[in-house]
Amino acid sequence: MKYSKTLNYNGFFGSRHSALIIVLGIFFIYPFIASNYYIDVAFFFGIYALLGLSLNIVLGEVGLFDLGHAGFYAIGAYTTAILNTKFGIPILILIPVSAVAAALFAYIVCSPIIHLRGDYLCIVTIGMGEIVRIALINNPFDLTGGPNGVFGIDFPSLGGPFVIDSSIEYYFLIWGVVGLSIVGLIRLQNSRIGRAWNCIREDEVAAGTSGINVRFYKLLAFVIGAALAGVAGNIYASKLMCVSPESFTFWESCLMFCIVLIGGMGSIPGVIIGAGFISLFPEIFRPFAMYRMLVFGTVMILMMMFRPGGAWPRKRGGVEFTSLLTRMREKDA
Amino acid sequence: MEVFLEQLINGLTIGSFYALIALGYSMVYGILKLINFAHGDFFALGSYIGYTVLVFGSAFITSHFGLWGGMIAAMLVAAFCVAFVGVVVERAAYRPIYPAGRLPAVVSALGASIFIQNTIMVIWGPRYQAYPASLIPNIHIQLGNIHITLLQIVILVLSFFLLGILYWVIQKTTFGAAIRATALDKDTASLMGINFNRVIFFIFTLGPALGAMTGVMVGMYYRQISFTMGWNYGLKAFTATILGGIGNLPGAMFGGLILGVLEMFGAAYISAAWKDVFVFLILILVLIFRPTGLFGEKVAEKV
Repeated sequence: MKYSKTLNYNGFFGSRHSALIIVLGIFFIYPFIASNYYIDVAFFFGIYALLGLSLNIVLGEVGLFDLGHAGFYAIGAYTTAILNTKFGIPILILIPVSAVAAALFAYIVCSPIIHLRGDYLCIVTIGMGEIVRIALINNPFDLTGGPNGVFGIDFPSLGGPFVIDSSIEYYFLIWGVVGLSIVGLIRLQNSRIGRAWNCIREDEVAAGTSGINVRFYKLLAFVIGAALAGVAGNIYASKLMCVSPESFTFWESCLMFCIVLIGGMGSIPGVIIGAGFISLFPEIFRPFAMYRMLVFGTVMILMMMFRPGGAWPRKRGGVEFTSLLTRMREKDA
Repeated sequence: MEVFLEQLINGLTIGSFYALIALGYSMVYGILKLINFAHGDFFALGSYIGYTVLVFGSAFITSHFGLWGGMIAAMLVAAFCVAFVGVVVERAAYRPIYPAGRLPAVVSALGASIFIQNTIMVIWGPRYQAYPASLIPNIHIQLGNIHITLLQIVILVLSFFLLGILYWVIQKTTFGAAIRATALDKDTASLMGINFNRVIFFIFTLGPALGAMTGVMVGMYYRQISFTMGWNYGLKAFTATILGGIGNLPGAMFGGLILGVLEMFGAAYISAAWKDVFVFLILILVLIFRPTGLFGEKVAEKV
């Protein structure tokens, strides 16, 4: 069957891209039929998706336990807030600035601790996140506004007449950034860097002996993850128009950790599903009022019981050894 | 000098709280390699149960046992109840997930933590609760220029007594040997006739029970409890566990004491607002130079 590929057409719902087209269709139609409240719910879904993707690089791709990711998020948000309120620099110009600030912070903080393993790295990142939060509360150099935070952040703009100031525009801003990140991350997953990361996750010692610079690639993961979290912080700050330390607690880091694990480590669609679960669940279960967090905890346990690998686990790519063996056997026979 | 001694006593008091909670973390971590996020909430639950016992049994307790008796009664009731909860949580939330590996268990532990925390909120309400002042012994003592309360001394003695018992159980008894053996190598230990399930049952009664007793002591010491307090103490106790070397039980005790003393000295000599930063900075510095904690043994990398 020489032409089997072209002849084998299963209709629209069987084709490879149909799911993607349906998802994109819903994405574009949704903001025009939903109320402002539900567009905002979708906006925060987007923020959590971006945060999940950023932690996914560190936790999912390289397997480093990072429970202080809210620290990077906070650095991004406060960089935007301070530079915007003190110097009036437009928010959209500050997106790369926030990303660089968070990345630089990650580089400086993580360089001395990158050799730590497993849970020791985990507690150091927790400590890092807490130090950032407490420092913000204590208002160093009168910059961060203490427990009240920074107020009066502008709507996102480039300084010109184009200003993002409605829920629908925010929705497209965040999901546009998420979309771009997804494209970039898929490219990264299939690159030399992505393969090096996965190799380190599977076996650090073996990766080192195969010539992978383990230290460099681990740091790179932290830096890229922090940069993405910084971007999320930027958009979050401009949406809320104020930032305060209580948005960046240990709890927030735990939520990001759960997003990655509930979705599936290293799986990009999984992380989006995880973010959806974390951000939409409390909305859907609003009628339960004070019992909804009870339900939330129970569902988290049940999900790990029935789908321990996550909702959409990552498929192992590359050449599988068994298939290679069978092919060789076929050749011999 | 007075400030130094007072802060040392304060630090040892708080440190012994951290040490008692850290033991629960360390035991579970040693056996299951699981960061039991729900442990801090066992502590909070214990505090609330002790509060209920004191409030609703106040007339009975003061007439039959006296103030100190009431304290002990509250601690024992809390310990029994929370030990039961600990076993139930282990059966329901952790046991089905062991085969799936470490990370799913962490999420499950977080789920259990959210569940317990919100159960407390649903039962006792979201506001702060105050331990009844009339039911807490309140005697001041002056030694030279140092002011301390009798309660503080009792708490200190009691926690060191509990730490001592735990040290003895873990280091000297057969059961402690079983725990340590299981922590070293689960499979070999069960081949040597150690009942793995009994070890798990034991650590999930002992750890939460200790946490609950600490909860009652913290309630008496600070008078004020809230349903989210488990997170703060849990985080500090987990820090203490790592500081001492994870899975190393005497290390967890010393880690807790060191952490408490450091925190109090940081608050007294540097700045109260920055004390937690100080604690975490010390932790990070210790881990940079001793990556497996103060008392942790160097673990050879398996290839």
